Amino acid sequence: MQELEQLVVDAQQKIASTSSLSDLDQVRVEYLGKKGLLTAQLKQLGKLPAEERREAGQTINKAKQAMNAEIESRKSTLEVEALNTRLEQERIDVTLPGRKISTGGLHPVTRTIKRIESIFVQLGFDVAEGPEIEDDFHNFTALNIPEHHPARAMHDTFYFEDGSLLRTHTSPVQVRVMEDQEAPLRVIAPGRVYRCDSDITHTPMFHQVEGLMVDEDVSFADLKGILEAFFKAFFEVDDLPTRFRNSFFPFTEPSAETDIQCVQCKGDGCKVCSHTGWLEVMGCGMVHPNVLEMANIDSEKYTGFAFGFGVERLAMLRYGIDDLRIFFDNDLRFLKQFN
Amino acid sequence: MKVSEQWLRELVNPKQNIEDIAEKLTFAGVELDGIEPVASDFTKVVVGKITQIEQHPDADRLKVCQVDIGEDDAIQIVTNVASVAVGQNVPVATIGAKLPESDGSIFKIKKSKLRGVLSQGMFCGAETLGIDDESDGLLEIPEGATLGADLRKVLDLSDKILDLDITPNRADCLSIVGVAREVGVLTETDVAELEQVKVESVNDQAFPVEIKAAEACQRYAGRIISHVNTKAETPSWMVTKLQRAGIRSLSAVVDITNFVLLELGQPMHAFDLDKLSNGIQVRMANEGEKLELLDGNTIDLKTDSLVIADANGAVALAGIMGGLSTSVTDDTQSIFLESAYFVPEFIAGKARSYGLHTDSSHRFERGVAPDLQVRAIQRASQLVIDICGGEPAAITDTVTDADLLVRPAIQLREKRIARLLGINIPTSKIESILRRLGCEITTNQKGWDIVPPVFRFDISLEVDLIEELARIYGYDQIPATLRQMKPLVVQSSEAEVKLDVFHKALTSRGYQEVVSYSFVDEKIEKLLAPQGNAVKLANPISAELSVMRTTLWSGLLKTVSHNLKRQQSRVRIFETGLTFVKTGADLVQRKKISGAVTGTLSDPQWGQGVAKVDFFDIKGDVESLLSEVVGSEFNFESVEVDLPAALHPGQSAKISYGNETVGWVGALHPALEKELGLGQSVYLFELDIEKITSREIPAYSKVSAYPAIQRDLALVVEENISYADIERVIKKSEIVQLVDYYLFDTYSGEGIPEGQKSLALSLIFQDVSRTLEEKEITTSTNALVSMFEEQINAVLR
Repeated sequence: MQELEQLVVDAQQKIASTSSLSDLDQVRVEYLGKKGLLTAQLKQLGKLPAEERREAGQTINKAKQAMNAEIESRKSTLEVEALNTRLEQERIDVTLPGRKISTGGLHPVTRTIKRIESIFVQLGFDVAEGPEIEDDFHNFTALNIPEHHPARAMHDTFYFEDGSLLRTHTSPVQVRVMEDQEAPLRVIAPGRVYRCDSDITHTPMFHQVEGLMVDEDVSFADLKGILEAFFKAFFEVDDLPTRFRNSFFPFTEPSAETDIQCVQCKGDGCKVCSHTGWLEVMGCGMVHPNVLEMANIDSEKYTGFAFGFGVERLAMLRYGIDDLRIFFDNDLRFLKQFN
Repeated sequence: MKVSEQWLRELVNPKQNIEDIAEKLTFAGVELDGIEPVASDFTKVVVGKITQIEQHPDADRLKVCQVDIGEDDAIQIVTNVASVAVGQNVPVATIGAKLPESDGSIFKIKKSKLRGVLSQGMFCGAETLGIDDESDGLLEIPEGATLGADLRKVLDLSDKILDLDITPNRADCLSIVGVAREVGVLTETDVAELEQVKVESVNDQAFPVEIKAAEACQRYAGRIISHVNTKAETPSWMVTKLQRAGIRSLSAVVDITNFVLLELGQPMHAFDLDKLSNGIQVRMANEGEKLELLDGNTIDLKTDSLVIADANGAVALAGIMGGLSTSVTDDTQSIFLESAYFVPEFIAGKARSYGLHTDSSHRFERGVAPDLQVRAIQRASQLVIDICGGEPAAITDTVTDADLLVRPAIQLREKRIARLLGINIPTSKIESILRRLGCEITTNQKGWDIVPPVFRFDISLEVDLIEELARIYGYDQIPATLRQMKPLVVQSSEAEVKLDVFHKALTSRGYQEVVSYSFVDEKIEKLLAPQGNAVKLANPISAELSVMRTTLWSGLLKTVSHNLKRQQSRVRIFETGLTFVKTGADLVQRKKISGAVTGTLSDPQWGQGVAKVDFFDIKGDVESLLSEVVGSEFNFESVEVDLPAALHPGQSAKISYGNETVGWVGALHPALEKELGLGQSVYLFELDIEKITSREIPAYSKVSAYPAIQRDLALVVEENISYADIERVIKKSEIVQLVDYYLFDTYSGEGIPEGQKSLALSLIFQDVSRTLEEKEITTSTNALVSMFEEQINAVLR
């Protein structure tokens, strides 16, 4: 029996001194495995006389249970230690930058056109496109600008040898829409336009959005309403005073220039508005009956309005850009500001 | 058009200040470009007379002048003006004078010593006083001005100049009388009627006028004035009025015709009568006819041009410019004045076709009132006789159209006004506005019959009258109404791949959109597309912007270069837009989406190498973009024919769908990379948007509940066998249960025979109704392996 006691004491020491789960398992095998020391004691029970056997058996089993409990307890201690060690080892610097897939973005002109489109789509307008090399008819004649009309001189047109030209406005798209579709019409035409002019405030290419609405009783009051709604939505202000001045475009009658209150200084006067408090942003008017008739729309039955404005101008006002030419330099350091 | 406030107020003098008048004009359609005072806000500048001049004792270039400024004592002024003379009247800035400078600061005149000599003031030139005058030297002062008088009063320098931007429809505003009439209407102020002078003839001399082109010239008034002193000096009041309208004084007769043009809007011409032979003919130019113009240039006349001719040929380009040979000179004795009405359509565009633009052509193109001719000639006669003397003959007034002054009535419906403008203007207001505009009004059942005044060429339709009402009544009186609109549901097809989708695909992969000019450098265009099917602009801004792009690559490469030069070594850009290609007689405008990448695959970051982009990166981008076009199988293949010159022949692929070429992807040709000075590899793609806009709408198929089983194969093939060849074998195999496959490795080198390569594939087998058995998979795999052996000589590794 003394032998057994010594065995248990040894085992306890060994269990306590294990430092890993595998060490612990070795100790378990050494004592409790098939060939373990304690297992060997049990096997020897048979050699004892029958009257001693029962008591000795109980003693050994108790020792075995105690040893198992010791092992279990040690095991959970070691498991906690192992987990703590792992947690410590796996600690990282979470402030290091994340692994990036850098994204790009759209050009500010495209971004602005998309905003404009989304506002007009909400107002029920469709979006149309057309060719950029146009014929004289669609760019001028169909818009009530006959050959040699002095208004043509206002356009600084780029021509090709065969007499075709680069469209000077996106109005020819409206002509094409009127030729192809039946009234009522509600459409905007965004796109590139070209004028033979290049200086600090002019680039030979820029973008316009033109709008057209034709229905049975469209009036100038409706034109004012739509444009005011648009400007408020575009500049995200509840109150944006607008004013309409008489002007001349061959394809509209009456015609107007539209000013909005300067969005920079709220009308107080600043550099952006040349200290007038107002910004000229758009030309518009009621579609000239000649234009409707040329597109086979009955100008007695239908009336309509049209408007047109420069996209870069609105983008400059919206984002505070002070140089038109920078749009077409395509410097990444400029473009990335709009991502 | 430049309008002097003082001249304007001689005719119409509203209570409002000039700024308010200008604002009214602007809102009514006559836009204001600016209001400029004729002189700065200087003070204490007076008229002086130089009584004595001495040389400065210590300075060669200075003179010491005694100047009488109307006070008891003369003052002494030291000046560096070389041209001063005793007896000359000069503008003198006296002590205490303030002279504003162009930068806004104020220069004050103080008693001072110049090189030790007392100076009590300064002589002034135009610039010092803020007067827009090209002549240098001291400002000229008219004879008889009182010494010591305020220069501002003497020279009428309180005037302001309105710079008006007259739109092409408002020819009637191209004169002082016209602007006065407009101001009168807008401010409801009476306009003084200019006295319609009548200069009676003193003889019956008449120069014959024959109008041969009656449709182009409907009226031609002429008058001879003989014994004219053309050397007479133009009076200073007229010089000033001309100057303030931006016209330089030349000689009395020319000044007078220019003055009448400004005042009434009627362009006139004066011929030297003795240089004209046998009467005037108004006709179209003859083939081969030449004319030496007043500006000294000789032009070859076109037969569509109207000319004034005499027996010897053309003497003036009608309505545009006179000829040199018959012009008035200092030796001229008698003049023949011309005052005509040319029909705008016959003058429009003609001046431009000769590279000319004159005050005369500007007005005739837009329309000169046909009732002005005789009035203008009378006015000019009066001025000629006043200034140059002479004997006026009778006026000849040739009119070819009896109805010249008859304007058809226009029906104006009251309902139509409300319908077009969205407001009801009171009837009385409508009538008063139209009357003020000079219309004749007759009431009828629906509204009115309106006869517009002859000078309003822009009023011929009902809408024109409605515009008049709107602009005079005020656009600000029209409310802004957000009308009830019937919904127009814009049908957008689910199968359509919107441009937005491509934008997102590319921007999410790091591409930045650019917008470049559609016209490009011809040199670069030729490098990219040497076949020469680009269209050229007839009037480009510069050689760098002279041909239309046939590919978006020209703009993208320029942008790459621009950014590389600015320390942006990693560039990923795309653009969408039209390309313009001449194909035979046709011009094809196609919308493309194109990209260019160069530099590292990603921005530098920790824990990762800095790999440079290569073909497969951009191909991946293109594949990802094309994956939006669901249902289309795009082929990438290496081709030799039709390969764009911009691309590297060994690292480029044609992208096609069926038989249609959709686009290209590849490396920029190294020769071009060098030519463009890029210094690093650039990869490009270009796709035809119209060919990738339709995708399949998703159709549901059942997801298999049974496991998928994978088999890996490594095939050894000849180097020239492409992955596309392997894919073709798999697709042709038609093994239904082979649901997917992918390439997971390529290898050549040790263990693989020279000239061969190994490609490792994973094959995925699955059935929708049951778990596949090992045997079946082995059979399928073996079948596929034998196909590889037979078709592409592949050996299992």
